[in-house]
Amino acid sequence: MKAIITVIGKDSVGILAKVSTACAEVDVNIVEVTQSVLQDMFAMVMLVEIDKSTLGLEALREKLDKVGEESNTKVHVMHEDIFNSMHKI
Amino acid sequence: MLETKDILETINMIDNENLDVRTITMGISLLDCIDEDIDKASTKVYDKVCRYAQDLVKTGEDIEKEYGIPIINKRISVTPIGMVAAPCQSKNVVKFAKALDKAAHTLGVNFIGGYSALVQKGFSSGDYALIESIPEALATTDLVCSSVNIGSTKAGLNMDAVRMMGKAVKEAAVLTADRDCIGAAKLVVFCNAPEDNPFMAGAFHGVGEADCVINVGVSGPGVVRAVLAKEGKGKTTDEIADMIKKTAFKITRMGQLVAKEASKRLCVPFGIVDLSLAPTPAVGDSVAYILEEMGLESCGCHGTTAALALLNDAVKKGGVMASSHVGGLSGAFIPVSEDAGMINAATNGYLDITKLECMTAVCSVGLDMIVVPGETTPETISAIIADEAAIGMVNSKTTAVRLIPAIGKKAGEELNFGGLLGKGPVMPLRKGDASEFINRGGRLPAPLQALKN
Repeated sequence: MKAIITVIGKDSVGILAKVSTACAEVDVNIVEVTQSVLQDMFAMVMLVEIDKSTLGLEALREKLDKVGEESNTKVHVMHEDIFNSMHKI
Repeated sequence: MLETKDILETINMIDNENLDVRTITMGISLLDCIDEDIDKASTKVYDKVCRYAQDLVKTGEDIEKEYGIPIINKRISVTPIGMVAAPCQSKNVVKFAKALDKAAHTLGVNFIGGYSALVQKGFSSGDYALIESIPEALATTDLVCSSVNIGSTKAGLNMDAVRMMGKAVKEAAVLTADRDCIGAAKLVVFCNAPEDNPFMAGAFHGVGEADCVINVGVSGPGVVRAVLAKEGKGKTTDEIADMIKKTAFKITRMGQLVAKEASKRLCVPFGIVDLSLAPTPAVGDSVAYILEEMGLESCGCHGTTAALALLNDAVKKGGVMASSHVGGLSGAFIPVSEDAGMINAATNGYLDITKLECMTAVCSVGLDMIVVPGETTPETISAIIADEAAIGMVNSKTTAVRLIPAIGKKAGEELNFGGLLGKGPVMPLRKGDASEFINRGGRLPAPLQALKN
């Protein structure tokens, strides 16, 4: 199963490292990363594979929420299917 | 991979624009619970509802967590109790309401709908007793919702039922006067009621439906308003309609995903997705604000009906391609007390009952959550129901009336329900008395458009 992690907030040093370290700790495999600055905000989108993860989606969300709080960004973890169904026909 | 802007758009819709799945509603047939002994029948009803819906709330919560989409309500709709009560020959039909209420509490669902009767052409044996018991049923239960279908394009209007419902609405308010007349807020009078509507208070499980079915209601007035605010400046009307269509498509796709998933996990067939722009009192989650975003100074001014017609139609067109089965009420709701923009418009004198009645000719439902003076007579309420039902009957559309007589209050004062039901100013009604017309009873003949065969 794939999930999409998004990190939105003011740009600061080490956000990518913090999120990817947190992912690696629980065996979440990062498939793809893009990042951009949108409306003065830093936005990073990661496509990750969580089948082999030691955490379920809910627990992973809680873990990354904390990372987000520490770095003053908003982190979302959502099932890939939502985006596929909304934006692909 | 998906585009970043699409991903951020979805997240923004959920985080800031109140996009949500408003309800997962499980429809359950109670036809196999019918029994001559009312106690046995209500026990069967309780048992069946609890058995079928035991995992409903948990499944809803699991999907919410897993997909990160807010699912606000988990509800149940059942076969109209008027039918289930038919062989009981009992005056004490309220026992069914209590059984349903108990089941809803046991299961932890938000509402249970179906304390209903379908009497568009006439009353069958359980219907009279049921309609007479509605005020008591709503006053003595918390989660039961009631609806009565008093007319249809095919059958015309049952004017005896119209007369009875005026009394029932008033009585429901009187019996719950100490609780902001909440009884009347749980009672809807329909013309052309849909049998697969997942939204309350009018949900019931139609007789042509399967034994058990999952219907999903999606909402998102905030999302539509935000799109118009961001990209609508200087655009022509047809470009605006196109924007709404595209947005409605995206919202409905999310509903379809949730509906399919809920249906799979509960092993219950998927019925329909109902894409309705259902406002909530939350700031920004308002249908009135969408109309104002199109260029009206205030909802209720001249032009409102046309703007609403555009909105209702574009929502349906966008939704219909996004789901394999679109049904229910699908369109734009205009419940006054539940919509911050409508409340403003009514308080500031832009929106009155006459304009609202016009708007119901082009919206997806009808006169909804309108607080009227406490001294309004049952005959006047019946006359409002008759007017509204006539609009539905002639235009082959669903119309409904959910009025709340504010007992002890006059025009200009306010009734506050709190929560999703919101608050509403008491709206003055038109002058004059229609009791002679209403007391005639009988049937108002079906219009020529009923003869389509």
